[in-house]
Amino acid sequence: MNSRRVDRIATAIFWAGALAVIFFLGTIVCYILYHGGKYIDWAFLTKPSQVISAGGGIGPQIFNTFYLLLLSMSITIPVGLLAGVYLSEYAGANKFTEAIKLSIETLNSLPSIVVGLFGLLVFVNMTGWGYSLLSGALALTVLNLPFMVRITEESIRGVPAGLREASLALGANRWQTICKVVLPAAFPGLISGIIITCGRVFEEAAALLFTAGMSSPPMDFSQWNIFNETSPLNPFRPAETLSVHIWKINTEGLIPDLRRVADGSAAVLILFVLSFNLTARWLGRRIHRKMTAT
Amino acid sequence: MKKSFAKGVFRPNSELLGRFLTMGAAILAIISVVTIVSFITVKGLSTFIINGVSVKEFLFSTQWWPDRLPEDGGPQVGVLVFIFGSVVIAMLAVLLSAPLSIICAVFMAEIAPSWGQRFLQPAIELLAGIPSVVYGYIGLSLLVPFIRDNIGGMGFSILAGFLVLSIMILPTIVSVLTDSLRSLPREYKEAALALGSTRWQSIYHVLIPAARSGLITGIVLGLARAFGEALAVQMVIGNMRKMPTSIMDPVITLTSAITMDMGNTPMGSLWNNALWSMGLFTLMMSCFFILVLRFVVRKGGVVR
Repeated sequence: MNSRRVDRIATAIFWAGALAVIFFLGTIVCYILYHGGKYIDWAFLTKPSQVISAGGGIGPQIFNTFYLLLLSMSITIPVGLLAGVYLSEYAGANKFTEAIKLSIETLNSLPSIVVGLFGLLVFVNMTGWGYSLLSGALALTVLNLPFMVRITEESIRGVPAGLREASLALGANRWQTICKVVLPAAFPGLISGIIITCGRVFEEAAALLFTAGMSSPPMDFSQWNIFNETSPLNPFRPAETLSVHIWKINTEGLIPDLRRVADGSAAVLILFVLSFNLTARWLGRRIHRKMTAT
Repeated sequence: MKKSFAKGVFRPNSELLGRFLTMGAAILAIISVVTIVSFITVKGLSTFIINGVSVKEFLFSTQWWPDRLPEDGGPQVGVLVFIFGSVVIAMLAVLLSAPLSIICAVFMAEIAPSWGQRFLQPAIELLAGIPSVVYGYIGLSLLVPFIRDNIGGMGFSILAGFLVLSIMILPTIVSVLTDSLRSLPREYKEAALALGSTRWQSIYHVLIPAARSGLITGIVLGLARAFGEALAVQMVIGNMRKMPTSIMDPVITLTSAITMDMGNTPMGSLWNNALWSMGLFTLMMSCFFILVLRFVVRKGGVVR
């Protein structure tokens, strides 16, 4: 067989493989959206879920997911941002920097179930909070921190050195330079990175099983005292997110309309993830165009 | 003097404040790793220290009877079946996923015209964004019945488990490998082509060997992810605590045992402690993968 023919066969295989992956992805997404889409209506999205009878919705789960997102990102963003700034602006080539990098790498490859176990041990049992939103948010922070740090580092690396030097030459100190010049210049990368990190919160389930819990006690949306047990905003109440809900109803299998709720929830979850990803791309491009004026 | 110093530090423009804040955040990362590792280690060792199970019996025995009474042979916690399940599923997933990932990565970096690339790249990123429970649910509602009807067995099987996992780890391997292929100097490819090699020859003999450390990194990361994945696998493998004899048999993994039983067993019991030891084992495996990566990357001389 001559090499030209081998080349042609190899090219065909590469095309076939790539197309197969795209086809496969398309099938998965369409399958979920098609099967789940027909169950999505306003009642499904707002009604409370049922434990053993049919007709439940996913209202509390959606609320919990977004509230958990808010709680966890309000810790992840500042800490991740600062740590990323340290690594890209201050860190020298020494043992300490090496230790930080190794830690971030380790955090990044920790299985989420291990983070969940750690959360169970420390945030749930040792602090006495029990299964709570706050424990879940902290576990999620541990999982998302390395991602946030990497995004910050990457966005800052894209800032031209000239900007930084000009600021320093004008007499600004490094912290001023970071706050007033470097971070604003890195903003497009940061904002799309943050949205992608938010999208990762929807995916997580294993770390939340034993930290935020698998139950959603009744909530009273007129109760705004955050220390009241029925208040939706109370960070110390157990809260089941959408992805945990999908897992739970499938493994327990107590509700008769399992397929309806699971299909619908999966479709809603995919829609959230899709919209976050697309928003991140769109916003990143838009801000970039605005700032670079091209 | 002291007061004015404090005032100076807390001025929002202060250089010292910036240093403290950023360094504090970085130290927090170190602290969290250290606490995670030490807490899980201490808790995971209690099977051996408090319950007196020998490490050898724990790792190499297939006898898992944590609730059996002492007169029937005593509670036994050998987790070889679980380790075997985890290892087999992760390895098979990587074996299927790695070639497919290489194809996708090479396609994106070398072959695809710009429209193909513009299509495949977001598709792969999207694949990475689909929640693992959704994969598990698709496996449960589509793949398991398909296997049961067309191939035989219960459907809940090693086969279903590793198929689901291989889709899940594909984006990880592809993105690492694509990055490393793209970071290769253009001259490598141009020299190969100028010497008269076809595109396939330049890919096979020059580009893939040159991107070898990226390939290994991607595969190890994929393996680590496959090993640590819990819920998606738990939903499709049937969770039978028995040594499987074929890939059509149900099986159980370390992570799925932890997810299923952690909430149902009382804290401090032998069963519960054994689950924590399994968690420790999973943690040690992921540390091992990180060490492999550092070794490979340093030895390969290519910075990721």
